Amino acid sequence: MSALSIAAGSARGWVLPLALLALWEAAVGAGWVGANLLPPPSELVHTLYALATDGVLLGHIGISSLRVLAGFAIGASLALLVGAAVGLSRQAEAYLDPTFQALRAIPSLAWVPLLLLWLGIDEAPKITLIAIGAFFPVYLNFVAGIQNVDRKLVEVGGIFGLQGRALVTRIFLPATLPNLFTGLRSGLSLAWMFLVAAELIAATRGLGYLLTDGRETARADLVIVAIVVLALLGKLSDGVLQRAERRLLAWRDVFDGRAA
Amino acid sequence: MSQPLLQLQVEEKRFRTHRVIDRVALDIRAGETVSLVGPSGCGKSTLLRIVAGLETDYAGRVLVKGAAPQLHSPDVGFIFQEPRLLPWLSVADNVGFDAGRHGGRHPRVRELLAEVGLAAFADAWPKQLSGGMAQRAAIARGLFAQPALLLLDEPFSAVDAFTRMRLQDLLLSVAAHHGTTLLLVTHDIDEAVYLSDRVVVMNGAPGRIAGEVAVPQPRPRDRRDPALARAEAEVLTLLDGGRQEHLDTAADIAAAPPPAAAPVDGSAPGFLARAASRASVPA
Repeated sequence: MSALSIAAGSARGWVLPLALLALWEAAVGAGWVGANLLPPPSELVHTLYALATDGVLLGHIGISSLRVLAGFAIGASLALLVGAAVGLSRQAEAYLDPTFQALRAIPSLAWVPLLLLWLGIDEAPKITLIAIGAFFPVYLNFVAGIQNVDRKLVEVGGIFGLQGRALVTRIFLPATLPNLFTGLRSGLSLAWMFLVAAELIAATRGLGYLLTDGRETARADLVIVAIVVLALLGKLSDGVLQRAERRLLAWRDVFDGRAA
Repeated sequence: MSQPLLQLQVEEKRFRTHRVIDRVALDIRAGETVSLVGPSGCGKSTLLRIVAGLETDYAGRVLVKGAAPQLHSPDVGFIFQEPRLLPWLSVADNVGFDAGRHGGRHPRVRELLAEVGLAAFADAWPKQLSGGMAQRAAIARGLFAQPALLLLDEPFSAVDAFTRMRLQDLLLSVAAHHGTTLLLVTHDIDEAVYLSDRVVVMNGAPGRIAGEVAVPQPRPRDRRDPALARAEAEVLTLLDGGRQEHLDTAADIAAAPPPAAAPVDGSAPGFLARAASRASVPA
């Protein structure tokens, strides 16, 4: 595919959003929709610029990103530990898996009141909630990945005398990597979701707080700007994982999305 | 040679209550190439897995270089029916897997890849190889640890006939170069006779040795050599003498009503008429 046709391909993706933006601007300009309910894109750019220049937005982004990072790191690490134990040991599976399957059935937002009671309204309950959100996708995909490792490849490890840790790191871990990445990516997107939930409920800083603030001061432009920024951050952080995935999983023999 | 490289006496091997091997004894001297042929289910692959140390639950006594077989013995290499390359390692790292992480950097890897004609593919992923190339890489991996005895479980059954002939010649030359003793299991009588000094014929079930055919022809051999054809005939005789249980469904087929010539398209009487006249021709 030539560079030109790639450019044309991605240009096509911009047609619909740009048309919608133009329609939006025109609709508000013509007075069909109230500008206080749906501020036009030009005003949003203005708001974004104002927030960005006085440093407020950067502060919100920073604190929210830190919370996601911390919660995701904790949740994913725990999921790796528990998942490895459950995936590799029948004993551990028999003891642990039913409990985690039961915990998974709890809608994660139901934890919020309890977390607030136990941990106060500081950072701890927010990060814990995000960690819970990130835990389950990573755990489930990791366990499924381990349990689906090709018996024939494990046998190859056996022929070469691999046991215990060597067998895990040289056969199981690489074989599980595709599933692990699927889990990490959905875990990360859930982490952003739970961040918003946590910050909507009790926060004085962060993008979720910006959403609440916009609602309370009847400033739809703040709300929409916060939404856009959240979308960008989610996409950006997923992009990092996606690039790592592409690099680490170049060996995969998969359909590349184009029919030959 | 005072002591055979492999001394195998398996009294019995059971899978649950099912007996798959019944009193099989086989000795292999260093430098020999021996094939095990027999119908599927005669226990020949199981025998190979016992020698490789993959099966430990059997009654009998097996000695490789005078010691009981164990997994990852430096004396024994194993090549599977499929290449079973690890897809996340480059071809070179697969060949040098035994040397640990980054085993592909081991100098012997380059030599072996050159011997199997894959020197240009050292850094390729396994997914980029054809079936025959992947199996060549697997042969190189099997030889990496320089085993005295290389076990092959139907190594060429998954490749086409032309590739198979090339791989057979490759295997012979590489094994001769390294002085490796070969024990291979195959369904292919051609292959067994062409490759081997001795063809051990098994029948089942439970698996027993029906007999042995020596193939003394020197190498390189000509595939058209009538002596090889005669050896094949001997192997076939031994197989038939074992009274294989054929899956005979002729009676069921005769009893079943003939398939109705269902009109696919009623508007084409010409087609139906042709089909009917063809059906009436005795086969």
